[in-house]
Amino acid sequence: MGTRAETTFIVVSIFWAFIGIVCPILLQFCMGKSPNKGIVQIMFIMTAVCCYLFWLCAFLFQLNPLVGPQLESNLIRVMQYEWFGIDPTGHHHVKTT
Amino acid sequence: MGSLFRSEDMTLCQLFLQSEAAYACVSELGELGLVQFRDLNPDVNAFQRKFVNEVRRCDEMERKLRFLEKEIRKDGIPMLDTGDNPDAPQPREMIDLEATFEKLESEMNDVNANSEALKKNFLELTELKHILRKTQAFFDEADHHTMQAMHDPLIPDDDVQLLGEELGRHAGQALKLGFVAGVILRERIPAFERMLWRVCRGNVFLKQAEIDTRLEDPITGDRVDKTVFIIFFQGEQLKSRVKKICEGFRATLYPCPETQSDRREMSIGVMTRIEDLNTVLGQTQDHRHRLLVAAAKNIKVWFIKVRKIKAIYHTLNMFNLDVTQKCLISECWCPVADLDRIQQALKRGNERSGSSVPSILNRMSTRQEPPTYHRLNKFTVVFQNIVDAYGVASYREVNPAPWTIISFPFLFAIMFGDAGHGVIMLLFALYLVIMEKRLAPKMSADEIFGMFFNGRYIILLMGAFSIYTGLIYNDIFSKSLNIFGSAWKPDPSVYNTSSMDLKNYKINANNTVERPYPFGLDPVWQLAINKITITNSLKMKISVIFGVCHMLFGLSLSLLNHRFFNKPLNVYFEFIPQLIFMCSIFGYLILLIFVKWLKFGPADTGKAPNLLIGLISMFLFQYEDPCKPTTCWYAGQKGFQITLVVVAVLCVPWMLLVKPYMLRKQHLEGKPHQYTLLNGDMSQDDELLEVVHHVDSETAYPGDDDGYEEKLSVNSGDLLNSEVEGDDGTLDQTGLVRPTPQPFDFSEVMITQAIHTIEYCLGCVSHTASYLRLWALSLAHAQLSEVLWTMVMTTALSFKIQWLSVIFIFVCFAFWACCSIVILVLMEGMSAFLHALRLHWVEFQSKFYKGEGYQFVPFSFDTMLAEYGLAD
Repeated sequence: MGTRAETTFIVVSIFWAFIGIVCPILLQFCMGKSPNKGIVQIMFIMTAVCCYLFWLCAFLFQLNPLVGPQLESNLIRVMQYEWFGIDPTGHHHVKTT
Repeated sequence: MGSLFRSEDMTLCQLFLQSEAAYACVSELGELGLVQFRDLNPDVNAFQRKFVNEVRRCDEMERKLRFLEKEIRKDGIPMLDTGDNPDAPQPREMIDLEATFEKLESEMNDVNANSEALKKNFLELTELKHILRKTQAFFDEADHHTMQAMHDPLIPDDDVQLLGEELGRHAGQALKLGFVAGVILRERIPAFERMLWRVCRGNVFLKQAEIDTRLEDPITGDRVDKTVFIIFFQGEQLKSRVKKICEGFRATLYPCPETQSDRREMSIGVMTRIEDLNTVLGQTQDHRHRLLVAAAKNIKVWFIKVRKIKAIYHTLNMFNLDVTQKCLISECWCPVADLDRIQQALKRGNERSGSSVPSILNRMSTRQEPPTYHRLNKFTVVFQNIVDAYGVASYREVNPAPWTIISFPFLFAIMFGDAGHGVIMLLFALYLVIMEKRLAPKMSADEIFGMFFNGRYIILLMGAFSIYTGLIYNDIFSKSLNIFGSAWKPDPSVYNTSSMDLKNYKINANNTVERPYPFGLDPVWQLAINKITITNSLKMKISVIFGVCHMLFGLSLSLLNHRFFNKPLNVYFEFIPQLIFMCSIFGYLILLIFVKWLKFGPADTGKAPNLLIGLISMFLFQYEDPCKPTTCWYAGQKGFQITLVVVAVLCVPWMLLVKPYMLRKQHLEGKPHQYTLLNGDMSQDDELLEVVHHVDSETAYPGDDDGYEEKLSVNSGDLLNSEVEGDDGTLDQTGLVRPTPQPFDFSEVMITQAIHTIEYCLGCVSHTASYLRLWALSLAHAQLSEVLWTMVMTTALSFKIQWLSVIFIFVCFAFWACCSIVILVLMEGMSAFLHALRLHWVEFQSKFYKGEGYQFVPFSFDTMLAEYGLAD
């Protein structure tokens, strides 16, 4: 688990925390009189909880993978070239696009 | 939070209305729409009710209006809908309305009758015209024969009769041929001919000619083909036979003059008369049109007024008349929070009717369960409907609907999980939502469109969440997005192009870059051969995690119910063991899932523990002696797991036995401790019971209402808040007094508790497994999407002939798009919708929801008119 993983984790957690905790508190003051205030607060909280949990599962699942993808050889060659800029001789090259 | 969290506090009220003011007050209450009247005369025949005459008059008025509407529609005149909502008119205005409708109806009937008579006349004249024209041809032929027979140029044509007198004289017989001319429907001619031939033994002569134009039948308005015929016969007997046959075949006979000059005169006369008739007909139609246009301006408003009057009188029929005959009494349910508004409406009604005595609204206490009322707006109504479809919430229990607003679309999205299809759903729903006002009238026309339109907010949320889950599953029309760079970099030193000779390689997990794909599933998995194995693992675990969380949430809502209804027994002896049972088994499983994700990495590929096998062995107490790393992987695991299983098993008798025992103990300790009466005084118990029975017996109230009023009027403060604890929850916050009618039956309580316990424990396991449908549907959707792409678009895109491939791609894309929408969006969408619904109704709501209430249906003009609008 490198620092980049931790950064991602913190950023996303703060985002959903803002939606799930800060926004309802703000609504308490903004929408104070409206009859729909409670419903909107519930909606914010539940959205934040569900979406965060879903993202968390996908993230933690890939944090320490046990198994890797099984790819065809040609596909590996294409991946190396397109995604990682490794030309067929094995050297890295700078991609212009 | 308002009333969506729990249903509203309702109260039974008694309404005393003065007879003169009753109509106006009910009208105001109808506009308000917050009161549900109870029928105080349920066993009275509809024809014996007090206001049956008025209802009959209203029905009559409605019938006249419907007749007018039908005529207006027949003429195709548009009916003006101003959107006005006029108040119900006063009773004296009803007489004016009746007179207007009566006049209109009689005028319409007159016009219609005249028009029909004129048209019949017109038809006769037209037929006569055709006859005169056609018979000319017949007589010409006869004329030709006579000319051939005796060539006498001196006799002018006009005087030549049929067959000529001379021929008749020469023949030496009084050869007087009679004839009849008429018109008959073309279809009937063959049968007509045959009948004539048979009956008259071949002694009559029929000539026929078809009428080219189609004539309009005056009664039905259809256009029919007719034929002109002329029959020649000799003698009176044949004449009568021929006439009878013509009658039988509904042929109309016309007098046809013999000489040509006569015929010509008649022709001219007929033409003039036809022209006159046309003018008159035109004027009649104009008059009718003008009448209808004038009526069409007001007809919608009239409909509304008449329907409102009828509704008011139906409601008044439910009232009771008191002994003095001056006052109408009724009972109604209304929400406590709206009592002020109702009082104001009554005041307004009193002012309108100019009555001196004010109306009285009194609260009453009762044994009956009040109806359930949730205040809804256009957004929440659809979610409340899907909850109510399973069962209307019991009075004042926690309502699942506000939670369903998000959890239902989210569970749908987990099963749907494709961002591309989610975008389609979202755009469709946005169209429906933004064009709400314009599309609302069309809703009543088409049922299927109406269904989609009503659910537009659900579809909006489902689409939005599907986009989110689709991005996390990294599935957009079965393709993945690579935004942040894949984490799986094939190391060039290992996977060197020159040294790769195998068909496929499994990339070593050690070869990943330093961080997992930050948002969702890595894009490499879409291309991998072992994609399904990996996504299965992810989706199954997600399903179980979300399932257990959803169920625990439902369980915690049941705690809120127990606390609200003040049943500590339920909290200690139902809720806590249920919670412990679920957490110790399935909560532990969730914990293991997370720990395994965090603790075991690429280095432990062969040694990672299998959670499912672990769970099974935990139940069976199977632990191997030399502890293998696959089965016990943290210190103290064996002891901890054994403890958990023992605790879970202990929860079962806790749930099963303790509560019935406690209830029995309470029962044996005697009742007086258990009831805190309304005014804390035992002696008043009987009086209240008497009042309660009084209400139920529904007889006319005695004149002496004073002692009754001062206890229960609204103004005397809220005395109905007390806490009564009884056997099986006979209490609620409104302080409904419910003395236990039956003796305590221990066996019944025991059996109920046993059923609940078994249902819960087995349900825990089966419901958790049931949540795996989240995985199953998501897998099916992804695979369908991928197959569709591979089979359709890939073939198109890899087509060899270049110039033909353009057309081929065009056609294939159309096919792919249609299949995507029909199969993947509509069919799969409906399927996921149903499964998400089932998960809510069974797995979630069985943890806390009773759903045994009945809906609050207020007397409201708006809902009544809307129902009529749909019926129209």
